[in-house]
Amino acid sequence: MDKVLLIIQREYLSRVRKKAFLITVFLVPALLLGMYAVMYLLYKNSSEMNSTRVVKVLDDSGIFAGKLKDKKNLKFENLNESLSSAKKGLKKNEDEIILLIPKNYDEPKAVQVLSNKKPSVVTADEIERQMNKIATNNSLVAAGIDTAKLNSIHSSISISAREVTEEGDKDSNIGALYGIGVAGAIMIYLSLFIYGAQVMRGVIEEKTNRIIEVIVSSVKPFQLMLGKIIGVALVSLTQFILWIILSLAVSYIASKNFNAPQSPLLGLIEGLKGVPIGNIVAYFLFYFLTGFLLYSALFAAVGSAVDSETETQQFMFPITMPLLFTYIISVSFLAQNPDSTLGFWLSVIPFTAPVAMMVRIPFGVPEWQLYLSMGLMVVGFISTTWIASRIYRVGILMYGKKASYGELAKWFFYKE
Amino acid sequence: MLSIRNIVKQYAGHTALSGVSLEVTGGQIFGLLGPNGAGKTSLIRIINQITAPDSGEVYFGGEKLNQSHIERIGYMPEERGLYKKMAIGEQIVYLARLKGLSQAEATRRIKYWFEKLEIQNWWDKKVEELSKGMQQKAQFVATVLHEPDLIILDEPFSGFDPVNAELIKNEILELNQKGATILFSTHRMESVEELCDSIALIHQSHKILDGRIKDISNAYRNNTYLIEYSGEQLNFNGTEPFQVLGESTTDEGHLLRLQLDNTTSVNNVLQYLIPKVSVTRLQEVIPSVNEIFIQKVNQKN
Repeated sequence: MDKVLLIIQREYLSRVRKKAFLITVFLVPALLLGMYAVMYLLYKNSSEMNSTRVVKVLDDSGIFAGKLKDKKNLKFENLNESLSSAKKGLKKNEDEIILLIPKNYDEPKAVQVLSNKKPSVVTADEIERQMNKIATNNSLVAAGIDTAKLNSIHSSISISAREVTEEGDKDSNIGALYGIGVAGAIMIYLSLFIYGAQVMRGVIEEKTNRIIEVIVSSVKPFQLMLGKIIGVALVSLTQFILWIILSLAVSYIASKNFNAPQSPLLGLIEGLKGVPIGNIVAYFLFYFLTGFLLYSALFAAVGSAVDSETETQQFMFPITMPLLFTYIISVSFLAQNPDSTLGFWLSVIPFTAPVAMMVRIPFGVPEWQLYLSMGLMVVGFISTTWIASRIYRVGILMYGKKASYGELAKWFFYKE
Repeated sequence: MLSIRNIVKQYAGHTALSGVSLEVTGGQIFGLLGPNGAGKTSLIRIINQITAPDSGEVYFGGEKLNQSHIERIGYMPEERGLYKKMAIGEQIVYLARLKGLSQAEATRRIKYWFEKLEIQNWWDKKVEELSKGMQQKAQFVATVLHEPDLIILDEPFSGFDPVNAELIKNEILELNQKGATILFSTHRMESVEELCDSIALIHQSHKILDGRIKDISNAYRNNTYLIEYSGEQLNFNGTEPFQVLGESTTDEGHLLRLQLDNTTSVNNVLQYLIPKVSVTRLQEVIPSVNEIFIQKVNQKN
């Protein structure tokens, strides 16, 4: 056991000390900071539109004047001076807009907007929308249709999703749940690949370096494999924890300095009141760890069977397929149908459960399904580790032999 | 010290060892000889408990081989290997700790060895920055650092330049004098005679010969002598008390290779020759390990 601890220590330190590790640790918060900066700039830009713009209307048709309604940043006035003097006035006042409505206003491009500064899309849209409404009303009246009656017929339905739970009804923020589920699935999917591949590369490195013989003359191959897997798992957890801490710190700094109304992360957390974030993080860690133990054992077995990374491809396919399949199904189908039969099966089969379950958990999963899935994960990782270690112990000492699946099966049945 | 009894090891498709038995007594330098692919490395891996035999047993110091013996064995594999991106000092500390040394003790001993081999300023160097010979020195230190009772070296001299090979050879001899038993394998027969007390020959998974080098050589002596003389070249007519195997002439004189039968001795030869020529050299031809090996293999076939 002491030796496994020693191996864990070496595997952990040799990775954490690498520059690449430090760079990835700081890259994510740096990107987040950049995102905040961009959002801040966008916010600053949009606040410029807060100044009220005055629209002076010259209505030759006589239909629109007086009917255009003032909005928050938009004020309509009738033009009470000559057009030419008003045009001169535009140069002095940037917030002034002149709206010219000719008699034949419904011809294309007949209506004109004049201003010193190009009016924002929002302003132009608002004017267009109001004019269309007035014109339509006008036509309806002209056609003898009672607009009041028409309005009362017009229906307006908006759905408010309410979940019935033991604590009573509560609002469920479906968008946020969807976001959390998909984010969790993507995180698990990516980290299983990235850190699983690290285990595999470590095994290949030891094999091609031939240091493997020195080490397995001191420890059992299984101890080495276990130490490596746990070491890399700790590296990944360190990375996650540092990311969370640094991201929170960056958010805090950004909210102080950029004076943004609310950072999106804090805003997100605000919007997720009622969603058990603590539970989700706990489940994430459980599924990441068991999933990692399961997949990295397989990655280790693949690494032991080859002499270089380029040879790994034939064995990678069956490992990556279930992950990729679940990932695609999860973010497209499962996130919309979390309680479907397919969702159930994918979230209890150990190879697909880590990704599929992350999508389902935010929407609430029946307890018995959770326990079944978690129990199967434990059984799954213990048995794959056992199978993988039997291939690994033979594979690491086999050089210059191209292994086939048949060969791997034979290795599995070798005696000690 | 080490007793190997009837080891059989089969890999898919071929047999690496068939019924090999060996006895290595404590304090010996034991040479495991044989051409490439004979099964030497398989046997060494079994002694190191890297693999297990299909049948047969290994006893270490009278006990059946088990995990507790790992710390008493030092092993330098043929294909040397170290972590390329890890600093040398740290790396040897790690390997020594896997063998059960404490951090402090390992550090102390590495300092001693680094000074001895004059590589003390290598501590923080990464393996990839060192030459192949330098890596092997470091690997040798890692092998012997935990002061094992049995040191197993697979092809220890391959890859060393002559100066370093000599250096390592002297270190091996010194460790042996301090009481360590050395087992090394090689396919270069000529390197063993001056170093080994005992040898075993392995060929195509079978042990074909083993024992003390002196005993083996004695057993393969066949009364053949080499004589160098100056003066007139002799003519032989069958009346001389020996059988002529070969003759040649060099600048220094004439060489005669002869074989005696059981009734005659070297003295008879000299009595016959001295009146006729002046003898400058007389030497018994003892077969080299290489010759014995070839002879043995030919017999088998």
